[in-house]
Amino acid sequence: MSEGKTVTLIIKRQDGPDSTSYTEEFNIPYRENMNVISALMEIRRNPVNAKGEKTTPVYWEMGCLEEVCGACSMNINGKPRQACTALIDQLEQPIRLEPMSTFPVVRDLAVDRSRMFDSLKRVKAWIPIDGTYDLGPGPRMPETKRQWAYELSKCMTCGVCLEACPNVNSKSNFIGPAPLSQVRLFNAHPTGAYHKKERMETIMGDGGLANCGNSQNCVQSCPKGIPLTTSIAALNREATVQSFKSFFGSDYNV
Amino acid sequence: MSDNREYFYRRLHSLLGVIPVGIFLVQHLIVNNFARYGAESFNRAAAFMENLPFRYFLEVFVIFLPLLFHAIYGVYIAFTAKNNVSRFGFFRNWMFYLQRITGIITLIFVVWHAWETRFATAINGTEVNFALMQGILENPFMLGFYIVGVVSAVFHFANGLWSFAVSWGITVTPRSQVVFTYISLFIFVALSYISISTLFAFITTQG
Repeated sequence: MSEGKTVTLIIKRQDGPDSTSYTEEFNIPYRENMNVISALMEIRRNPVNAKGEKTTPVYWEMGCLEEVCGACSMNINGKPRQACTALIDQLEQPIRLEPMSTFPVVRDLAVDRSRMFDSLKRVKAWIPIDGTYDLGPGPRMPETKRQWAYELSKCMTCGVCLEACPNVNSKSNFIGPAPLSQVRLFNAHPTGAYHKKERMETIMGDGGLANCGNSQNCVQSCPKGIPLTTSIAALNREATVQSFKSFFGSDYNV
Repeated sequence: MSDNREYFYRRLHSLLGVIPVGIFLVQHLIVNNFARYGAESFNRAAAFMENLPFRYFLEVFVIFLPLLFHAIYGVYIAFTAKNNVSRFGFFRNWMFYLQRITGIITLIFVVWHAWETRFATAINGTEVNFALMQGILENPFMLGFYIVGVVSAVFHFANGLWSFAVSWGITVTPRSQVVFTYISLFIFVALSYISISTLFAFITTQG
């Protein structure tokens, strides 16, 4: 039934971080239940463009293929999302693939998301369990709170929210929604709360919480449905309280 | 900007937009509405405001300095955004974009308006009264400019109240933010009515 049907892809390519970009069109044979990844694999198998010329295979990143690692994020028909869950049957053709524009391009569709991982380090997005002695099992977390925290923990640092945010760009130093929401996640953990003050101080600094402009594109675009804007507003409240306490009260520590 | 001042500046910008600039705006629009009761009524109100005790102190610290900071830092904020409403046409993204556009329009309008009705009149010794405003607004171009300027200012204030509530952690849940959207919409409509009826009162009432 699908014999002879083709899928057309227009891909924005770039040979290296400093090369200029160009577009290349590909027509590949259609198969049932294809996603963007399998279409890219088809190009890799037979790297011939729409003009019939042999070309280099399109480069992209992938990992889990089930929308939990975030590696295959790219702009698909203008919307940032994961290539693994972008089904060909549900996309308007020609399918336009571009690397996310907020991040530096490594090659073709692969981008360097280091800035996100650096932000996670800056906000201490971890729970301190290592010590010079056994710290024990730590306090228990109420089940309802654990379920709530689980939603925030679904963040896979994919970069879609940073791509959607108008305040994350080369002119601004805003760290973006994802690391902010992680602050809320780790502050909520009984042991993670040990670093609460440091985390709050970091996001109450340059490029932090206050740089959010409330366009709320992040929460609309997040593939995992993380309540990013609720996290930001909750942190805003926390930051307001913290600044009043630390300005007026001398013995406020954590 | 290397000494962690950005957070403080942003919060100050948010605060000053409401207190005192926003409060001054509402007061200014309501007092000017005396124009609807006629020239004499408006002139009496204008004279009352002009003769407030500590007038210059109030003008400098309640209006000019906060407004100057809000405007200058606001322009910086507006030009650090990379607007993307064509790719992400969500309601809040449009509000984000319009907030920046109305901010710039309001700044142009306010600079002109303050020059025309405060500084130029002070330099020339012209009395600020009903007849002055009537003279300005009888020009259809100026009437249009005033309507656009005032509606921009009112939109910027109403939508700014919404972001103020988020930025200070007052409205955290999506539900409270939606309710506040309706409240800000109501404020926008109400203040637009007040200000536009004032503008038309100047040209329809006999001075």
